[in-house]
Amino acid sequence: MRPVYMITGGITKFAKAHPEMDFRLMVKEAFDYALNDLPGLTRDMIDGSVCSYFSDHFTRQLKAGAMVQDYLGLCPKPSRRIEGGGATGGLCFQAAWEAVASGRMEVCLAMGFETMSRVNTWKGNEFIALASDTNFDYPVGGFYTGYYAMMVRRHMFEFGTTVEQMAKVAVKNHRNALHNPYAQSPAELTIADVRSSPMVATPLTIRDCCQMSDGAAVAVLASEEAAARLGGQAVRITGVGSGTDAMRMADRPHGGVILLPHESSVDYTGLKYPGVHSFRAGRMAAKLAYEMAGIGNPREELDFVELHDAYTSSEIQTCEDLGLCRYGEGGSFIDGGHSFLPNIDYGLSFPAFSPTARNHIPVNPSGGLLACGHPVGATGLMQAVFAFWQLQETIAKHLGDSTLQIPDARRGLIHSHAGTGTYITVSILERV
Amino acid sequence: MNKNAKLPETEEGSVLFNVEPIIVKHHYEIDYLHSYAQDSPFFAGLTKGTLLGSRCTGCGYTYATPRGHCMECGTRTEWHPLPLEGRVHTYTTCHFGGEAFLKETPFTLVLVEFDGVDTLFLSRLVGAEPEEVAVGMPVRARFRRNCTFKPTDVYFVPA
Ligand SMILES: [Zn+2]
Repeated sequence: MRPVYMITGGITKFAKAHPEMDFRLMVKEAFDYALNDLPGLTRDMIDGSVCSYFSDHFTRQLKAGAMVQDYLGLCPKPSRRIEGGGATGGLCFQAAWEAVASGRMEVCLAMGFETMSRVNTWKGNEFIALASDTNFDYPVGGFYTGYYAMMVRRHMFEFGTTVEQMAKVAVKNHRNALHNPYAQSPAELTIADVRSSPMVATPLTIRDCCQMSDGAAVAVLASEEAAARLGGQAVRITGVGSGTDAMRMADRPHGGVILLPHESSVDYTGLKYPGVHSFRAGRMAAKLAYEMAGIGNPREELDFVELHDAYTSSEIQTCEDLGLCRYGEGGSFIDGGHSFLPNIDYGLSFPAFSPTARNHIPVNPSGGLLACGHPVGATGLMQAVFAFWQLQETIAKHLGDSTLQIPDARRGLIHSHAGTGTYITVSILERV
Repeated sequence: MNKNAKLPETEEGSVLFNVEPIIVKHHYEIDYLHSYAQDSPFFAGLTKGTLLGSRCTGCGYTYATPRGHCMECGTRTEWHPLPLEGRVHTYTTCHFGGEAFLKETPFTLVLVEFDGVDTLFLSRLVGAEPEEVAVGMPVRARFRRNCTFKPTDVYFVPA
């Protein structure tokens, strides 16, 4: 395998609905943004593409990827679809990485979209729930928020996690998004706002859940030689990992924790893992990505994380999977303020916390899925684009606001997640 | 050859929501002839008031939700009757849901754990108010008299 770089990226605004654009035009808009941002790159230099979108039901169009390929003028170059539920975008990013790392392509376009506005919210929830076992899970009351509610209920039981800790995730991510013009639902929320919002599935309120969106995102990956030739400020992808778990939550084992290098088995005496409280696939993905990138202690060695916070609860759970804190400490981790941006007033106080490079690790500075929205096939690529801009230190240029720029960000992690944790990807990006 | 050939006109029209851009209503509906295949005995069992899990003939791992082959070792499983009493492993009350289930809200989902069984079973809990449900609460299986051959032919009540 040879080194792979991200050389440019682009996104559309994520919105409740983009009736004025179909999926082809949304991707085209993100693609043109990416091309404009790297003048050395032209369409003819792209060797092929991978296209991510989750649900054929949402678009009522099979083989939609072929229509994007021709709309962008990339025929007859190679292309294929990548699909893996909510992790579709992250899997697509890694498929493009594989295309370049293997030497098959010099420059590969990863492009993703979802148009979720064409059906009503509850039909959309039904479509999403079809990504659970349709014999045993879906007919019982198939609803992803219900599944996540059961997972976090068990997390609360095992570890004492509270709804206020979950609400703090919503406060953080929505306030971060006030500085991100691409975000769908920036808001100045309080813990009380989150808790007094309509209950969806106890204990998750509507403010604990991400929204459905229309949107597209692209990332262009290239070999070292192509990146050098095309100019710009490339960012190196130093680690990729992915993992899986049983489709049905009910089937998850109750065994031992998969340990990261900085952990020891005595940290987890008596903990039955992953059960339904943790995402084993996320831990596996992180372990593989850290091994490839040579990361021994992620909290100390990463400068920021963009993770798949489809729910406030899943951000807390995922911080543990990624080893930013130990299993069981996700709640106190958010209480401690370690994942907040130090230059934003969240209306919260973190008495014991003074940020240093070693203990501070902003999580979802972009606003995450909770505030940016979740147009499924685009989401994992949106994370790649935000991470790319962070590492280029071009947040101010792209967002028109420097608030979210993490000073001297050198290494970031992106995390994409499907189902109740069935497919999860982790990729590490580094400034060169 | 007929230079005046015409497509027949219809009165079908379209339901129009907007004109700039044009937004029309498309209806989409489908019937599947779905086979439960190797999982069929589970659904047949529900009609007889039994709850069938799986037991691996290789490593002995037991599953509350049946599967034909073991997830741990790949060996074929055999049918394994479950106890009809268990405990709530986790729970939620859904106030919203997918469109198909909206009319049933609020409903309570539970993952049930059984003594001596390695995995869990997803079901509905009835007969308890949302605030009465707790992790560890004993529950008992009940079966519908009029079967629908769905996993909701079994549900749980407080034991
Ligand atoms: Zn076995």
